[in-house]
Amino acid sequence: MDLKTMTYLVVGLSFALYIVVAIWARAGSTKEFYVAGGGVHPVVNGMATAADWMSAASFISMAGLIAFLGYGGSVYLMGWTGGYVLLAVLLAPYLRKFGKFTVPEFIGDRYYSDAARVVAVICLIFISFTYVAGQMRGVGIVFSRFLEVDITTGLITGMGLVFFYAVLGGMKGITYTQVAQYMVLIFAYTIPAVFISLQITGNPVPQLGLGGSVGDMHFLPKLDKVVTDLGFAKYTSGDKSMIDVFAITLALMAGTAGLPHVIVRFFTVPRVHDARVSAGWALVFIAILYTTAPAVGAMARYNLHATVNSAVTTGGDVFAPEASLKGDERPGWMQRWEKTGLIRWEDKNGDGRIQYYNDKSKNEAFLARAQAAGWKGNELGAKGKDGKFDGKVDRDIMVLANPEIAGLPNWVIALVAAGGIAAALSTAAGLLLVISSSISHDLLKGIFVRNISERGELLAGRIAAAVAVLVAGYLGYNPPGFVAEVVAFAFGLACASLFPTIVLGIFNKKMNKEGAIVGMLTGLVFTLGYIVYFKGIFIEPMAKNEAANWLFGISPEGIGVVGALLNVTVAYLVGKVTAPCPDHIQHLVEGIRYPRGAGSAQAH
Amino acid sequence: MSKPHDFDARAYWGATLRLLMVTLGIWFLVSFGAGILFREALDSIHLGGYPLGFWFAQQGSIFIFVGLIFWYARRMDRIDRDFDVHEE
Repeated sequence: MDLKTMTYLVVGLSFALYIVVAIWARAGSTKEFYVAGGGVHPVVNGMATAADWMSAASFISMAGLIAFLGYGGSVYLMGWTGGYVLLAVLLAPYLRKFGKFTVPEFIGDRYYSDAARVVAVICLIFISFTYVAGQMRGVGIVFSRFLEVDITTGLITGMGLVFFYAVLGGMKGITYTQVAQYMVLIFAYTIPAVFISLQITGNPVPQLGLGGSVGDMHFLPKLDKVVTDLGFAKYTSGDKSMIDVFAITLALMAGTAGLPHVIVRFFTVPRVHDARVSAGWALVFIAILYTTAPAVGAMARYNLHATVNSAVTTGGDVFAPEASLKGDERPGWMQRWEKTGLIRWEDKNGDGRIQYYNDKSKNEAFLARAQAAGWKGNELGAKGKDGKFDGKVDRDIMVLANPEIAGLPNWVIALVAAGGIAAALSTAAGLLLVISSSISHDLLKGIFVRNISERGELLAGRIAAAVAVLVAGYLGYNPPGFVAEVVAFAFGLACASLFPTIVLGIFNKKMNKEGAIVGMLTGLVFTLGYIVYFKGIFIEPMAKNEAANWLFGISPEGIGVVGALLNVTVAYLVGKVTAPCPDHIQHLVEGIRYPRGAGSAQAH
Repeated sequence: MSKPHDFDARAYWGATLRLLMVTLGIWFLVSFGAGILFREALDSIHLGGYPLGFWFAQQGSIFIFVGLIFWYARRMDRIDRDFDVHEE
């Protein structure tokens, strides 16, 4: 069977699976729509959380990011897993005991204020929409690359599917389809990783292979030598400053714990105890992918260099003319992926061979030797935004083309396509649900139409979900130029706004509404302002985005940490000079601090 | 949310916060400590083919996070039972 037929078959089967699961698990009440009835087993919830959490970025882009960043990629690995410790210890069990449906509902009740609830809804919608647009784009890209349909067709198919099971199934439908999607994506990720690890290091476990040997040398020192021989920075150390690595990691951790679509997953388990354990299970399922990714990244990088320059693996002279790969003899996967623009070869010195090296190396001696060898600049890159040659190979190719680079059978390649779509769809569905519930439950039922019936609220939730799908599809089709960037900043905003406000609400029972509202707005405005200042969303950047201009040397990716500190400081100061928190609220906070008496989530 | 009889809320919260500090202390040490602040020093030690600091940053911290959450959940269960506020 040819690759295209196989891909259609595998992706089609995975879609059929999601639809069957969605029909079986459709929601009949608001409680099922918002929190899946509140009776989800902690292991099942853990698996659904893992799929919910791992987005197109985790599946498609992360290993490639690590491949080119080396140690610097650790910020994503630690940042996107360490947040679950914060969730388990600071948030999930207490919010579960509180026992409501949405994150803004907790903030509104805890801070006895509709205004606080509205501010929380605004934070939530901003965070979730930027994030979901990236997912829909991811669906479109996978469709167009593997199934050779245009991005619009892919987008519409993805929207239709999400529409079907998120709108009908609500949280209940999403939970069980996410379990199915987790299975698909984890197989799709680990199978190529096992093969590639086996090929390079002889060890089938990628986590061990990365610490294993290639020939008579350990793999990582070997990789360090390969990349430095070609003028790149050493793989196992980074070029980011320590304070920036520190801040980005912390911002991603706190941001993860503050993402509404992740928090609400812990409202679906029956007990407080289950919320704690479920966070552990979620991280188990996430860790399977996250500990595999660094091996995939490092080995794909090694493979790429070994393919282009035969001398790097033998330790021979990399500058010898015959070491560089002949352009005509480049492998089939390279030619196939050249069509997508993710990889491109440009013969700058006209010798018919590909020289792939760092022509911006800081090592003068290396550059001198490259020049002496007749190299006239790096010749392997991707198609840039302006259509011209861009000397950076697209990082996504590291995962997407990995099975082809390793020479794996067609069904594995088809599985990677299905896995990429599963990762994007599961995250998109979770995000759309928190958007729709914040509108139907927080804005309509909670504030504007308090006497709405259960049927009316369920219908409103479905309409809101349908509208959200359409908006997300539009954003995916017509992304404002900043979408890809902003996905990373959603974490900064969650870290600076929702996370500190929720934690203060639980751990400081005297915190009042004035402090919380002003604090939340301060964190949000400061972080957004800093990002806009350097990245120029909607407007031109006001300063060059480089270390010399940054506050304390912290890049916009890590600034959420400063925003969170400001949030807390301002909240305390304002709390000191305004009316104290009423007694009944302080009793409410005392009540959520111990587990007994946690019924399943209630509407009111 | 009826409060259980003879429940010493202050002592329970104190025990909870102590466990929280220990848990977050370990969380900080294995990621920010071993993976970032002391990485260079640790990299001179090797774990198989891994420089130790690099291992903590890309593998070890994640494994320890997983174990840490389950350990925390078990210790919290014990505190809940000691104070008789556990769930049925």
